[in-house]
Amino acid sequence: MSEPSIVSNSSHPDAGVILRTENITKVFPGTVALDQVNYNIYKGKINVLVGENGAGKSTLMKILVGNEQCTKGRVILEGKEIHVRSPRDAMSYGIGIIYQELDLCPNLSIAENIFLAREVVHRGVIDKRIQQQRTRELIQRLEHKLDPDTLVSDLRIGAQQIVTIAKALAQNTRILVMDEPTSALSTTEVKVLFRVIYELKSHGITIVYISHKLDEVLQIGDCITVLRDGQLVAEEVVKNVDLHWIIEKMIGRKLETLFTRKKHKIGKVLLRVEDLTLPRVSGGYAVSHVSFELGKGEILGIYGLKGAGRSEMLECLVGANPRASGKIWLGGQDIGSNTTLKRIQAGLVLVPEDRQRDGLVLTLSVAHNMILASLEKYLNRFRLFLVRKKEKKAVDTLIKELSIRVSDPKNLVASLSGGNQQKVVVAKGLLTSPKVLMLDEPTRGIDVGAKHEVFEIMENLAAQGYGILFVSSELKEILAMSDRILVMSKGTITGEFKREEATEAKLINASVTGNGLTNETEQP
Amino acid sequence: MSEGTATKAKQLKYATRTDILEFIMKGRVFFALIIVITVFTLVSPGFLNLANIIIMSKHVAIFAILGIGMTFVMISGGIDLSVGSIVGLSAMIAGGLINEGIQLNQFGVIVFPNTWMVIIITLLVGIVMGAINGLVITRFKVAPFIATLGMLYIARGFAGLRNNGYTFSNLIGKPEFSNQGFERLGAGNFLSISYSIWIMVFFALVAFFVTTRLPFGRHVFALGGNRRAAELSGVRTKRTETIVYMISGFCSAMVGLIIASQLVAAHPATGTGFELTAIAAVVLGGTSLSGGRGSIGGTIIGAFVIGVLSDGLVILGFSTFLQNIIKGIVIVVAVVIDQIQISMQERIALQRQELK
Repeated sequence: MSEPSIVSNSSHPDAGVILRTENITKVFPGTVALDQVNYNIYKGKINVLVGENGAGKSTLMKILVGNEQCTKGRVILEGKEIHVRSPRDAMSYGIGIIYQELDLCPNLSIAENIFLAREVVHRGVIDKRIQQQRTRELIQRLEHKLDPDTLVSDLRIGAQQIVTIAKALAQNTRILVMDEPTSALSTTEVKVLFRVIYELKSHGITIVYISHKLDEVLQIGDCITVLRDGQLVAEEVVKNVDLHWIIEKMIGRKLETLFTRKKHKIGKVLLRVEDLTLPRVSGGYAVSHVSFELGKGEILGIYGLKGAGRSEMLECLVGANPRASGKIWLGGQDIGSNTTLKRIQAGLVLVPEDRQRDGLVLTLSVAHNMILASLEKYLNRFRLFLVRKKEKKAVDTLIKELSIRVSDPKNLVASLSGGNQQKVVVAKGLLTSPKVLMLDEPTRGIDVGAKHEVFEIMENLAAQGYGILFVSSELKEILAMSDRILVMSKGTITGEFKREEATEAKLINASVTGNGLTNETEQP
Repeated sequence: MSEGTATKAKQLKYATRTDILEFIMKGRVFFALIIVITVFTLVSPGFLNLANIIIMSKHVAIFAILGIGMTFVMISGGIDLSVGSIVGLSAMIAGGLINEGIQLNQFGVIVFPNTWMVIIITLLVGIVMGAINGLVITRFKVAPFIATLGMLYIARGFAGLRNNGYTFSNLIGKPEFSNQGFERLGAGNFLSISYSIWIMVFFALVAFFVTTRLPFGRHVFALGGNRRAAELSGVRTKRTETIVYMISGFCSAMVGLIIASQLVAAHPATGTGFELTAIAAVVLGGTSLSGGRGSIGGTIIGAFVIGVLSDGLVILGFSTFLQNIIKGIVIVVAVVIDQIQISMQERIALQRQELK
């Protein structure tokens, strides 16, 4: 697979390449994140980079901007090999990046942020006037009107994005990498951003645009590169491709045959949720009057774009948010209490989306992480202290059952690969003897083999009579694994589909309801 | 073929060498203690005589008991600056109860609790002060540093107010009030080992058991390592955090009692600056300031290093200024080594993965 399958080099004049990578390989403990990638960035174009989660997009960009070093391979800028050892190096070569999480200091003003670490000084004192003036010019060039003295924390997300772009421009950036720039933006803000991007392009700046939103990619891109499982699988001119082509390249054919849900019976209603609501501090609802049912042995997929309220809904269910209201019945019984401990004891357990932030205690061992939520099970007869033998038995059973690859459960959980860490979080949930297991993006950032295993585990658990709520942004995964699919948008359920009737187009359409993008996404 | 076996042998040798290095790094505080004792004994042959050992271990006991409470706090990711002041306040409370009793004005009587009651009331006061720390931190979301800094001043203020800045002296009680025997806590011994050392041993064993075998101990580690993950796992984080400060308050009160009893007097400035010595002992013992890592055993050895070092330097006739400089260097170097060890462990783990 070292040779990309479809590369139509003929359509790209090779002279147009400003930066290319030669056989870039990056190995992390446990996984190969990038496998001999030959990536081309075309000068003055909008180069889009797509791929599933964990395909290696972010790693590739981190190498280009000096946040990571590649294990093997070369980076060539305008014909000369360069060594980018730090973000400062990258800047000196004119490579800038705008991260998904905007890297601004909220406690500083716009001008202070733009000139952070590059302050304009006059006899050792910051020259505020010149900084302000240049900031104003930069912002104006981006067709915006912002006071340079405004604190960044007072700006809307869209405006903050403009500030990060201005910051990149202030450093004479020639290649600007944008990592999921629209994930937090409203539709109007996206339109503004696109105008800005075209503006930058007309000034000869090369853009690398990374996005999950394929309709955006088709709209804005000039050339497209697809990564899958750390390998570059295709490179094309956007004019020549459609949504169907991108999805096919991103997912690859083999996945569809890999997991399909077996036939099985769904039992009676296990979980009933009525009118679940979570108000937002800034007004409106993060989760708005959500009601649904989940049967015994059923996998209920929940699809939606980022920020649709899926994770928030699960957090409400597990009692992590005291402001949530609504009624929950589990096995016919009303769970009144709103604390996480009571919810877990009742049989609701969450495997959170960000396992490092919310799921694991990285300073503890694999074993201690696994039993953290179910400690009262391993107490001695007088319920006073923990019995090592009981702990060990539980840990060993789960390690075997979920085939977690760890040489010694006493090792720190941080030493495991992503997929195995995920299994530890699942094991922790299972050890609480839940009735309903909620999996929030369980396959995020883990390799294909591990994904397959996670799906097998889900399949087995459903067969054992657990109810499973499965949140995912990956259409193929949702379609392959779910018995029924709910689609969320803006905090409400905007679609419900049975397994037989669900298609990608229907899910996407339902997921953008109220986002003003409905008509642009009806492609496949 | 021979080349293959050679590299294998090399790898094996390498692995054992890293093993030894790891062993030395893990037991470094213990080795440091041995080195300190050896050096002092060599320089001053009389260093390890019985009288010195008794004095030193009494000092060590005080720092170790404070350190035990502090270890819980620091593993949970917090810090308790109020321990020294709570030591002083508890000493004054105990002294007042013995010399003045409890005045019940509405009945016009004065109740003199017996010695056991004095001890229990004082310990309760310590627990309550800790609980206030914990509640301010968990309910009002005040940073532990600030909340306990406030308590540092408040408790010290109350300690002074209790007797208008004067000392309660001669705390031996009176036979007619049947509250005699308080001095035995500090002066008495069992199997010719002072009570304060037995108390340290007992506290250490209980604390060791709590940190390693009780769900509560596990919760404290999880809290310090990743609060959100702990919360989502059903740990009652606010309760756990409050209890941690109560333990620290309890340990401080115990130390206040021991000191008041040893001196047979309670002075309002008792324990000034002890919080920093306790923190130093805990940090020397390998507990991380950012929480999630640490052990009781480490703290005890840390307390021994601090205690032996400060007394040893006095015995050897170093000036106070030099003592401070040496102590400061030891603490910082200990943490530097700690950081090196962490990165080394990560590297070793990676190496092992590759060897497989």
